[in-house]
Amino acid sequence: MSLTKKRHCMKRSKGDIAFTIANTLILTAFVVITLYPIINTVAISFNDGLDALRGGIYLWPRMFTLQNYSTVLAKDSLLTGAKITVLRTVLATVIHLSVTALLAYVLTQKDYIFAKHISFFYVVTMYVSGGLIPTFLVYKELGLTNSFWVYVIPGAVSAFNMLVMRTYMNGLPDSLQESAQLDGAGYLTIFVRIIAPLCKPVFATVALFIAVYQWNSWFDAMLYNRMKDEYTTLQYELMKLLSSVTNQGANAQTIKNSGNQVTPTSVRAAATVLTSLPIVCLYPFLQRYFIAGLTIGGVKE
Amino acid sequence: MAKRAKKTRQKQKITLKQIIKQKELILISIPFVIYGIIFYYVPLAGWVMAFQNYKPKYGLWESPFVGLQKFERLFSDPNFIKVIRNTLCMGIINLVLSFFFSILFAILLNEVRIRSAKKFVQTVSYLPHFLSWIIVTGIVHDVLSLENGIINQVLVALHILEKPINWFAYPKYFWWIVGFSNVWKETGWGSIIYLSAITSISPDLYEAAAMDGAGRLRKIWHITLPGIKPTIFILLLINIGNVLNAGFEVQYLLGNGLVQSVSQTIDIYVLKWGISQGDYSLGTAAGIFKSLVSIILIWLANSAAKAAGEERMF
Repeated sequence: MSLTKKRHCMKRSKGDIAFTIANTLILTAFVVITLYPIINTVAISFNDGLDALRGGIYLWPRMFTLQNYSTVLAKDSLLTGAKITVLRTVLATVIHLSVTALLAYVLTQKDYIFAKHISFFYVVTMYVSGGLIPTFLVYKELGLTNSFWVYVIPGAVSAFNMLVMRTYMNGLPDSLQESAQLDGAGYLTIFVRIIAPLCKPVFATVALFIAVYQWNSWFDAMLYNRMKDEYTTLQYELMKLLSSVTNQGANAQTIKNSGNQVTPTSVRAAATVLTSLPIVCLYPFLQRYFIAGLTIGGVKE
Repeated sequence: MAKRAKKTRQKQKITLKQIIKQKELILISIPFVIYGIIFYYVPLAGWVMAFQNYKPKYGLWESPFVGLQKFERLFSDPNFIKVIRNTLCMGIINLVLSFFFSILFAILLNEVRIRSAKKFVQTVSYLPHFLSWIIVTGIVHDVLSLENGIINQVLVALHILEKPINWFAYPKYFWWIVGFSNVWKETGWGSIIYLSAITSISPDLYEAAAMDGAGRLRKIWHITLPGIKPTIFILLLINIGNVLNAGFEVQYLLGNGLVQSVSQTIDIYVLKWGISQGDYSLGTAAGIFKSLVSIILIWLANSAAKAAGEERMF
């Protein structure tokens, strides 16, 4: 590879240079289009709300203020949402990961007589599902509606994550398990003591998938816990803020008359920044994990 | 592949002796089977509701059966026909746009020679994937806003538009807004799998092409693209089955009264009739229709791939 590269650099044709220039321009445009709206949101979140309505704020705030943030942090509903979101993300990640990993481990046992049946039983769920209404009714019967547990219990065993982990575990040498079995260790002990520690990379991948899903979900809060404000989530609160912006955001006059320094737009910008901050700060360091996970998951089934 | 062959050869018979020997594995499996039945298979049994006039006070056992009446009502509803059209069209637009941009991005990124620049662009490209649709649709609203939206400002400055447009007021723009929102959010993420496919192409091929005097565009056309063709096909197969699933969050969050006729999808219809109006049977019937079409699409795509001699899923 490096040899080819060197040869390339030495004799660059006109076409090659033109390609490089065009490619650089296209990718620069890509970066600008991706980053601009995000930077703009950050700038607005630090800008005086009324001043922002005049427009013309691009990459940097014009009238710097922290008022939007203090308004957001003073909202009880958003704080409740944050608490619930953190709680569900942590609990679900731990539970879903360990449960699904255990299933994946059981299904990698080559001589297990039911391994194929159970695999099929779960893979089917990837293609057919009961749909919104029957699922809703089942949760209602189980007492999961109007409850925190609707965020954690459904989806604990996911076929896709199971396949990703099973593929990884299949790649581990059998001899590890065999020698432990000779020492008389049971399956659970082997899983906890020997297999799980070796699976850290794939666990990191799956944990990331679960955590991001949990952190960003809002529909379950709206569908199952609409009446329960104490179980609201961060994204659902953000959604309520958003709809209040689209409904009245254009109406600058009413806001001006109310003499308030913050506007729905500026508050939403601050809430957006706070909500996405944890994930945005973390993901660059987890790149190799999700890349590995997607590659395994994509090739397999 | 070899592993699988070995497995079938020593196919295990289920005997009592085996069951006793593997009792620990079986004991661990039992909760998983119960869980799967409750959370995945009982809802499937709920499909029965579509053939009933389900009333919560009677439950599944006592509600009267009405045959295909709910399906007849569904298809005599002109709104539902529109909803099918919207779901299909947006699904196809999303599929085509996301494939095109992810593949293009992966190929262009692969051509970047400076490692740090490549790493930077790659990291930036994943960022939007980690933002929720709530945040992304908020950003889309900002960017397209009538007063301060950057798109309007740029288009007016370039004299493409005479005056700012309220993009969300015209049905003709809606599908494309949804499509490009998807592109903005998922292009980088979608490119991951193609990038890893590209890195597994043998460098010898490029070297040989270079000897023959092929430029970079020719190498992309004759080596890179054929190299990732199997990946493209497999992903296409998986995603064709999902075409009808691509229609809930974005449309729900971006839609408004003015564009209702083009923004409503099957999932939104189910939500509206099933949950809000309380007609569980009609909602379930619409859901079944969606599942059936998805299965047919997967099957069609799979047979087409088989006929074309490409890789397939089953």
